Amino acid sequence: MVAVPAEVRPRGFAATERRDAWWVAPLLQGLMLAVFISYATWAALQNANYHWGGYLSPLYSPLITADWIPVPPSLLILLPPVLFRATCYYYRKAYYRSYFLDPPACAVGELRAGRYRGETAFPLVLQNLHRYLFYATFLYLPFLWSDVVHATRFGGSFGIGLGTLVILANTTALTFYSFSCHSARHLVGGGLDCFSRTAASRACHAAWKGASVLNARHMLFAWMSFFTVCSADLYVRLLASGVIHDVRLL
Amino acid sequence: MDHLETKTYDVLVVGAGGAGLRAAIEAVDQGVSVAVVCKSLLGKAHTVMAEGGVAAALATTDSRDGWRVHFRDTMRGGKLLNDWRMAQLLAQEAPARVRELEAWGALFDRTPDGRILQRNFGGHQYPRLAHVGDRTGLEMIRTLQDRTVQAQRIDVFMECTVARLLTDDGRISGALTYRRESGRFLLLRAKAVVLATGGIGRAYKINSNSWEYTGDGHALAYDAGADLIGMEFVQFHPTGMVWPLSVRGILVTEGVRGEGGVLKNSRGERFMFRYIPEMFRGDFADTEEEADRWVADVIAGRKAEARRPPELLTRDVVARAIAQEVREGRGSPHGGAFLDIASRRKAEDIRKKLPSMYQQFFELADVDITREPMEVFPTTHYMMGGVKVDPESQAATVPGLFAAGEVAGGLHGANRLGGNSLSDLLVFGRRAGAGAATYARAQSGEPGVETRQVDAITAELLAPFERKGSESPYAVQDALQDMMGTCVGIARTADDLQNALAALGELRARAGRVGVDGNRQYNPGWHTTLDLRNLLTVSEAVTRAALARRESRGAHTRVEHPDSDKRFGTVNVVVRRQGDAMTVVEEPIVPVPGELRDILEGKD
Amino acid sequence: MEAVLKIFRGDATSGAFRDYTVPLDEGMVVLDAVHWVQAHQASDLACRWNCKAGRCGSCSAEVNGKPRLMCMTRMDHFPPGEPITLAPMKAFPVLKDLVCDVSWNYSVNRRIPAFKPAPPEADGTWRMQQVDIDRVQEFRKCIECFLCQDVCHVLRDHDRKDSFAGPRFLVRLAGLEMHPLDVESRGAHLKEEAGIGFCNITKCCTEVCPESIHITDNAIIPLKERVVDEFYDPLRRLWRRLRGSA
Ligand SMILES: Cc1cc2nc3c(=O)[nH]c(=O)nc-3n(C[C@H](O)[C@H](O)[C@H](O)COP(=O)(O)OP(=O)(O)OC[C@H]3O[C@@H](n4cnc5c(N)ncnc54)[C@H](O)[C@@H]3O)c2cc1C
Ligand code: SF4
Ligand code: SF4
Ligand code: FES
Ligand code: FES
Repeated sequence: MVAVPAEVRPRGFAATERRDAWWVAPLLQGLMLAVFISYATWAALQNANYHWGGYLSPLYSPLITADWIPVPPSLLILLPPVLFRATCYYYRKAYYRSYFLDPPACAVGELRAGRYRGETAFPLVLQNLHRYLFYATFLYLPFLWSDVVHATRFGGSFGIGLGTLVILANTTALTFYSFSCHSARHLVGGGLDCFSRTAASRACHAAWKGASVLNARHMLFAWMSFFTVCSADLYVRLLASGVIHDVRLL
Repeated sequence: MDHLETKTYDVLVVGAGGAGLRAAIEAVDQGVSVAVVCKSLLGKAHTVMAEGGVAAALATTDSRDGWRVHFRDTMRGGKLLNDWRMAQLLAQEAPARVRELEAWGALFDRTPDGRILQRNFGGHQYPRLAHVGDRTGLEMIRTLQDRTVQAQRIDVFMECTVARLLTDDGRISGALTYRRESGRFLLLRAKAVVLATGGIGRAYKINSNSWEYTGDGHALAYDAGADLIGMEFVQFHPTGMVWPLSVRGILVTEGVRGEGGVLKNSRGERFMFRYIPEMFRGDFADTEEEADRWVADVIAGRKAEARRPPELLTRDVVARAIAQEVREGRGSPHGGAFLDIASRRKAEDIRKKLPSMYQQFFELADVDITREPMEVFPTTHYMMGGVKVDPESQAATVPGLFAAGEVAGGLHGANRLGGNSLSDLLVFGRRAGAGAATYARAQSGEPGVETRQVDAITAELLAPFERKGSESPYAVQDALQDMMGTCVGIARTADDLQNALAALGELRARAGRVGVDGNRQYNPGWHTTLDLRNLLTVSEAVTRAALARRESRGAHTRVEHPDSDKRFGTVNVVVRRQGDAMTVVEEPIVPVPGELRDILEGKD
Repeated sequence: MEAVLKIFRGDATSGAFRDYTVPLDEGMVVLDAVHWVQAHQASDLACRWNCKAGRCGSCSAEVNGKPRLMCMTRMDHFPPGEPITLAPMKAFPVLKDLVCDVSWNYSVNRRIPAFKPAPPEADGTWRMQQVDIDRVQEFRKCIECFLCQDVCHVLRDHDRKDSFAGPRFLVRLAGLEMHPLDVESRGAHLKEEAGIGFCNITKCCTEVCPESIHITDNAIIPLKERVVDEFYDPLRRLWRRLRGSA
């Protein structure tokens, strides 16, 4: 064990010499995540009010309508994106800190139950399959963009409503979120050691550079897209349940 | 000494900077057993702080360069007082040593065609410094460190200080060291010892050096009976930070000027145009317009046809010029000159090319160098003088003793060019390692170590614990630094130097009264006390050598003898121990042979 | 103006925080204050330093509980009047006062498979473009201050030095793995010896790095992805098997 006189420099949960309010950030982050997750779960279980005119809630896209499935189809549809986020490098950081308290904040003592294995043992070792969830959710992007197109159809004619913008914003945020993924950055060129040798590797370098620019803002896109998904669903839900009326802009 | 921890090696390398590590790698490659000791942790030696680059005539950036030009620049920068053979070896071997680093994993900045990029520096005619932004030393030491660590036959003793060299019948037989951590002694027996301990900057208050630079190697060699040469030549780097007090002396790399930075006084004049010495008049721009053209070419990556700006004159010239401007009342608010790169280069280029400088000023001085000029003043930086060595093998005048890097003398003459130190470390570190290995292999049997000698030394080292605190080691060191700055600084007079000698006597007496508190475990007070002895020795050597050289040349300026004297151009001042007294003698320099003389005269 | 420093004094067996009052100067950094204490109040106060300019990574300590370089931490960074706590790094055994035993780090470094270059061009040298080395140069900025090792909870709280190399050496491994000339493969080393899976990417290392190396985003995560390529990605494994048998 590390030799530090314990009576002077205590170890153990929340032990620290930090003077700042280190607990604020993990607490807020944990609360925000909880709010978003709760809302999304509740909304996905409704299996109603996800549709209004050309607008479709992103939680239900692509739309499956099959009565024979025993669970709400939205749950099935949501499984890949949910796992994508659950294994996302950024969200991992967020929930390891806020929920697992492993660590709660930097240079702050943590709970030590059992021997730490990190991501080396089941189930967390499965985090390593994140890239497959990237592949899977990548396939959603065309549907999400087609939702944007549908959102411009108002009874057969073109138009733009506030909902159109909300859906467009959401699809954009989701696209940025996907393209800024660490796995994506690795797959498009990060895996190479030498960029300049061939034309193909130079192309990869360009792609990697672009991915890197986005990747630096991955956390931002992660929060933005979670927010836009929930707001888009809420907007459609409120329209569909007749609480509010759409604002037609064009 | 029965309980004294003892280990035996063929070669003992003292110092883990560039020179020490390169020597160790070479010695081990030659098949002998090697130990390295250093005062700090591995990788923290001074070399890590080198910024600007390593000078080698690779000719990748300007194809007109070659070893001959490098040789000529080095000799002219050293005011022809250099050991010409060392200067020649440096110029010829540096490119191979730099490429070798690349083979060991170093990554220098690149030219557009994928080769090593070189930058301009003071006194170098062509862009010659291979570099990595402004952290070249870090790249170098990390590369060498990794190479060392991976070699199974090198033992590294970190935080272990050599207190004395041991001799047996006039030959080196090892070193007595103490481990800083525990305060315990460790006896390292060795057939050959390579000194690579760096410089003496801590003898001065305003310096760019770390606590390690207490002239240990110089003093150890001197004590063992080796000759020191050129001790009067202490390099004051023209650009040290001035403000705030806390950072006074910290280096501002010459790379700032190499990248186009200019020096101005409080009237906004680029005063360096007024200080071009006769010897260099033909090589430097005499109008701002020409100097600017040179910078424009360099930035654009073209071969410069214009002559270079006078800011890139050798360090001795620039340092004296800044000091004079300040003395004559044209200094900046905190008593320095303005160094301006903000108005010359784009902010983003500055951050890319000089990232550490940017950060250093931003965080420590609240100055954004992409917007405002810096304030700079000369700072004690480098020791040209050192252990007299054989140019081929780096052997000192004591059998079994070798020296390389800053602690060795001769190569740089009266003034070192920027970038030549890092190549010195590689070229002569390697030669010293080879020299020591060859010597060690030729020895039959282990050299003896006398118990009585060791006991006497350990008693002396522990003595400060017995004298409980009448003097503080820090106060004595402070007083010494103040005195050296005042009396043996950039401009020296005979009176000041005589005063310095008297003051050194008093300081020595005070040092003898220093007592330390606490125990032997990691006790900086005790360590400082032991270092004082070395500082006093080298300070005396510098002062005596400075008295003996009654002329001005390179970094050495005697106020009453403002010009160079032909006669002094042919001799080295040698400092040598005779019993307990320090003696100074003049020794003739080996003249430069004919074909090299032609190079010097530009007939290559 | 004065400041009070609460400095840890002691060794591995016992110790206490002691108060020292230090006069303040403009632009002063924490290391200056420690030196002042050494020179005037406690000559045997142990601390490491060399460059005083943030280049050597010697002066690491915990200032008010945060891992920092003392030479780059300004005294005016702290609210006046409040005492400043100075303690040694917590992830390593204390030797004395502010100095701890970091030798474990050097033993980790020793086990990393060395750089092995591809054969050079005909003229004996290599060609590399700046774009090839930009990425690796970020990693080579590391000054080995070990602040990231100190703050990493795997080492600090869980003390898994038996299985995890720590962020500093993942940065070093990244520098080797992404080196354009290197041909050595370190996948197995990363997974088994360096224990990259122990990192749960919580980014404290990145927060404290004085060289602003993006340790997690640019070194660790890309290395994790490379380890996935080699060990966890079922399709790639299948593909390798097919190609290997073909
Ligand atoms: C800020 C700065 C910037 C510089 N920039 C450049 C540059 O751009 N280009 C250039 O060419 N040069 C530059 N220099 C000069 C150059 O860095 C040094 O001259 C060179 O690094 C010295 O290397 P060395 O191997 O001789 O010694 P160092 O690297 O200083 O190593 C000395 C070693 O000896 C050890 N040691 C000392 N005494 C003892 C003892 N008693 N017992 C045990 N070990 C001991 C120390 O612990 C250390 O490991 C710069 C210097 C400074 C200060
Ligand atoms: S990101 Fe990984 S390596 Fe860095 S501090 Fe967190 S667990 Fe340690
Ligand atoms: S990666 Fe950064 S924090 Fe870690 S040792 Fe290197 S410089 Fe220090
Ligand atoms: S989605 Fe966050 S890292 Fe892949
Ligand atoms: S003393 Fe070198 S980093 Fe602080």
